[in-house]
Order: sequence, then C-alpha cells, then structure tokens
Amino acid sequence: MSFPWAKHYEPKQPLMRWMDEKLPLPRLVYNAIGAGYPVPRNLNYFWNFGVLAGAALVLQIVTGVVLAMHYAANAGVAFGSVESIMRDVNAGWFLRYAHANGASMFLAVVYIHIGRGLYYGSYKAPREMVWLLGVVIFLLMMATAFMGYVLPWGQMSFWGAQVITGFFSAIPLVGETIRVWLLGGFAPDNAALNRFFSLHYLLPFVIAGVIILHIWALHIPGSNNPTGVDVKGEQDTVPFHPYYTAKDGVGVGVFFLIFALFVFFSPNLLGHPDNYIEANPLSTPAHIVPEWYFLPFYAILKSFTADFILPAKLWGVLAMFGSILLLFFLPWLDSSPVRSANYRPTYRWFLLVLLLDVLVLGYVGGAEATARNVMMGQIAAGYYFAHFLIILPLVSAAERPRPLPNSITEAVLAKHGGTSPAQTAMAS
Amino acid sequence: MVRLISLLVGAGFVFVLALALFFTAKDAIQNPAPHTAEHAFHEHPENIHLSSAGLFGKFDRAQVQRGFQVYKEVCAACHSLKYVSFRDLQKIGYNEAEVKAIANQWVIEQPSVNPETGEAATRKNLPSDHFPSPFANEVAARAANNNALPPDLSLMTKAREDGSNYVHALLMGYRDQPAELLREFPDAKTPEGLHYNPYFANLNIAMPPPITSDGQVTYSDGTKATKDQMARDVAAFLTWTAEPNLEARHAAGIAVVIFLLIFVYLTWGAYQNVWRNIKH
Repeated sequence: MSFPWAKHYEPKQPLMRWMDEKLPLPRLVYNAIGAGYPVPRNLNYFWNFGVLAGAALVLQIVTGVVLAMHYAANAGVAFGSVESIMRDVNAGWFLRYAHANGASMFLAVVYIHIGRGLYYGSYKAPREMVWLLGVVIFLLMMATAFMGYVLPWGQMSFWGAQVITGFFSAIPLVGETIRVWLLGGFAPDNAALNRFFSLHYLLPFVIAGVIILHIWALHIPGSNNPTGVDVKGEQDTVPFHPYYTAKDGVGVGVFFLIFALFVFFSPNLLGHPDNYIEANPLSTPAHIVPEWYFLPFYAILKSFTADFILPAKLWGVLAMFGSILLLFFLPWLDSSPVRSANYRPTYRWFLLVLLLDVLVLGYVGGAEATARNVMMGQIAAGYYFAHFLIILPLVSAAERPRPLPNSITEAVLAKHGGTSPAQTAMAS
Repeated sequence: MVRLISLLVGAGFVFVLALALFFTAKDAIQNPAPHTAEHAFHEHPENIHLSSAGLFGKFDRAQVQRGFQVYKEVCAACHSLKYVSFRDLQKIGYNEAEVKAIANQWVIEQPSVNPETGEAATRKNLPSDHFPSPFANEVAARAANNNALPPDLSLMTKAREDGSNYVHALLMGYRDQPAELLREFPDAKTPEGLHYNPYFANLNIAMPPPITSDGQVTYSDGTKATKDQMARDVAAFLTWTAEPNLEARHAAGIAVVIFLLIFVYLTWGAYQNVWRNIKH
C-alpha cells in the first residue's frame, strides 16, 4: 500500500541500482517494512505481537530443522532419539527445550495478537482478508502444534493422538474409514508417527506462505490503530522504519527474555510429566490432557454430554471445530461501523466477559471431570457461542458508540492536552 | 441473512449445552460421585529442598554419588537406567579409572554374542555402554515381580509431578493402612501382594519397601546412612539422571538473561531516541 506521501526507494549506489533493475527485493523490503511503509503514529504495544509471532515462527523453524537432524520418527526409537538429543547432542537440551517452549510462546503471542484484533476491530472492512488469512494461519498452527506434540512418542503424545484422531470416527457413516485412512492403521502407531513428522516439517512453511499473504493483504489498506479511525493525512503516520523497527526491537527483547526464563529455568513447567513416560498403548493415563493452548477447546469438546438428534460426541466435535470456524464469519457478524472497542462501551464489557470465559474454559479443560467442573464448562461454552453468534450481532446493531475523534493526530494531541485545529495542523 | 443463520446456529449450540447442563446436574444429584479412598487419603510429597532445586540449583556431587551407591546396591536389582551411560558418571565426580572399574564390576552384564558359536552371551560392561537392564525383557521382569513391571528410573523425577520430592516421599512413605481408611472405605483394603503408600497415585504400590533399615548401605564417604538420608540421596541421584545438563542450563540461563536485560535496556533507549520528537 502506499499512501501518497510514502517515501520512495531511491538507491544511490551502483550495486543497489543494478539489484533494483534485476530483482527489486530491496525495494520490496523498503516498501513493506522499511521507510516506505507509513504506519499510524499511535500504535500501542499490542501492535508488537504480529512481529513477535513472526519471530517465534523463525525460532521454531530454526530449532526444528536442527532437531530433525537428530530425531528418528519410528515408534520404536522416537522417544530414545529425543533423550539422545537431550543428553548426547551438543546443546541438544537447549534445542529441545527451546522448541517445546517456543511452541507455547508462539501460541501465547498469537492469542494476544488475535485479542488485539477482536478489541480494535482489525477484522472489519477493509481488512476482512487479513483476518480470514489469520484464522487460516491459526488453524495450521494448531495442526502443526498437535502433530509436533505427538513426535516424542510419550504417553501424552500417544493418547492425545488417540483422542484427537478419534474425533473423525464421530462423522456419521464414513467417520471410522476416514480415521483409519488418516492414521494408516487402527490406532496411532508407526504409520501415524511418520506421516505426522512429515506434515509437521511441511506445515510451518505453508504457514510462512500464508503469513506473506496475510501481510500483503494488510499492506493494501495499511495498519489499523487504537482509535480505529482511518489515516487522513501525512501527520497521522510515521514511516515503519525507524519508528516501529525500534519499538519492535524492544518487544523482541522482552519476548526473548520471557522465553529465556522458561527455557533455562523452568523448561517443564508448561509440559506434562506423563510425556516423559514412553508411549504404552496398553496403559491409559489417569488424565489425558492436551497442552495448555488447547485447553479451552478441549473444555468445549467435553461440555457436550447429552445426545440431541446427533450423538453427544458428534456435537462436541462440531462445537470444538465450530468454535474456531465461527471466527471466519466475524467481520459479518459484527455490524458496528465503529472499529475500536475504546469507543464501544457496551461491547467492551462483553469482550471482557469473553476473556474471562476463555480463561474459565482453559481451567475446565485441564481439570478433573467432576460434575461441578463439567457444569462450569457447559455454562462457559454456552457463553462463548452466545457471545459470537447471538450477543455480538445484536449488540453491534443496537449499541450507541462514543463519538470518534476526527483524526488520529487529534486523538494523539488530545492525549497530550490540546485539540485546536491549529495545533493539529502544526503537529510534527 | 447472516445474522439470522448466526442466531439460529448460536441458539442451537446454547440449547444443546443447556440440555447437557440439565442432565449433568440431574445425574450429579441422583448419582453423586463416590468419595474415593484415593481422593481422601492421597498425600502430596513434602519439599526436601535438594540443592538442585530452584532457579540457581546445582548438584551436590557428594550427595549424587551417595545416591548412585544406593541405586547400585538397592535399586539396580530390579530397575533399569537405560538412558544413562557408565561414562556419564564422570560428570558427577568419578574419574576415568573409577568409571572403568564401576563398569567392569557391574553385576549385570551387557547382552552380547559369543564370537565363536554365535549364541547369545554376555560381556563385561565398558564405560561407553548404557546401564544394562536387570531383566532380559518385559516378560521376564513381570515374572520376577508378581506381574508388576519395575519402571526404568532414568527419567523418573521428570515423569512424576514434583518428581524429586516424590521419590523421597514414596520411599519414606510405606506404612500400615490407617484404621480410619478401612472404617470409611471397607472395600479399600490393600490387596495381597501390594503395599500401602499414600504417596502413590492409587495408594497401593506393587514395589515392597526397598529401604527398610538404617545402615542398609555403607556409604563410602562415611555419611550416616539413615533411611531418610538414603531416600534423599537417591532422589538427588535420580534428579541428576533425569537432568544431567541442569547446571549448564542454569549457567547459560544467567548469561542469556543478563545479555537480554542489557539488550532490552539498549533497545528501549533507541526507541525513546527515535520517538523523541513525535507526540504519540
């Protein structure tokens, strides 16, 4: 995208001019993340999380490719190969812990990134495509993370695979056939492990491709901002470089700091001890739970305990996938012309409830299935669907938003005290 | 149109959940979940504050060596340690000659092949070998242990919640089944062949108490071998077998965190500098 005042790439040195003629990659970078991409000046730290997600992907790919040099994807030796990485490979323990905790960091960052989108209406016109591609990336990430967790072939790896692939048998008529076809057998075994390894290596590169489309789609209209008000003129923006490269530098530093605290001082905090036991098809663990980032969806799955026309198991599977698929429709469910929840006081409260609701679902997903917990999960799952499918369409049509600022610059100056047009005009 | 479909789909899910909620509540009231012995009497391990615990933990090499001695004399008869090599013992302070001797004198020999007849045979262990399993295979292990399989101990402290403390608590936790348990749950009497231990998940463990008396092991460094001391030492040893790189990890961590703190400080400064003249 360019706004008319965007700076132009003008190479001065002969080599760079040659490059620009033959393969204008430097120009592409300049226009995408350099001084040639004007960005609203009022972005807060929630806008750092896209770059952090990119950094996390690079981290996962680098650690993953090196791990793949030492890992053996055969059911008899997989667990042992991971232990060999931990003990014998130089810095193998670091690679393994970085990759396992990197997955958690990646998903944490993406959840906050999605939360930013929900709050500031980044999914609304003209950025619907950015949002749709983002949901696709999220689904690919979930598939990748699930398959990656199976690879060490511990108890949770095996039984988690058993549970998740079991979903396919819920599909009427053809479900069981599909399940056996996908697994390459009647239960997760060597065939499943090998194909999961192949796909786990492949999908991150598919994700990278979709991310390129995601950023491209974003750069057509340009970035959103905390007011949700469109860019009106040059004074509303700053060039991405150096303003946001500098700010992202801070974000990346803090990201790696938090990451380092996990990897070096508490690398098994987010994991499950049962995955340090070799997979045993004859011994079911007391509590089969996925990693923390899947717990809310697991809770939704487990909440459907009653048959109604369809069997409960099928309802659970439909709801679990439905809870993510409904995100595709968000730009059309939300009919408010106001983007940012800063100016939508009613909707804002419901978003807060949604956040608490997702946290409750996360708790229920990992907790023991007592009647109390199951009922709590059922209420929380009910709110989740009600929020997106019932509350949001109705509230967005009926609510009275606060008046929007006339421009980004006006909002910025109002924050610093002083909203006269003269000051807006003189703003640097 | 979108809104109508969305309201219908939403109402559908909410209705099915309300139905499920109703039936769950009804079921919970009509058939309340039984209060189980495990719930009531399972205990959580107390913290024994091993030197390896905490953010800056280090191994107490003398303690880990004593723990190895306990493993060798008490545990190795039934429990394998397959991810540890003899030569790894150099990392806990044994020198090359000692390691060679330990390997050579290890009672269980390494499976091998007779070079003349090709029949299965055994040979003495070399430092490069992993600790051999005391049993030829799972069937043999179960046959010798009342159909229970003694688990490999290499990763035990990572394979159980609060593993280091758990190992100590379990070893010290053998006791008679309390009378009040039998009063409350008359059907929960410990079955024949199992042993009551409140730290074990389902309260009844197949392993008989391995540490039964003070002085069961005579420590080569002269430390008094009380039951508690032996349990602590073997817990420390198993913490090492599960995480041999713990000290390197902590040391690298401190360096990395200091580096990143400086990095954040510098990037913060750069950010402030770049944005100095712009109101934002």
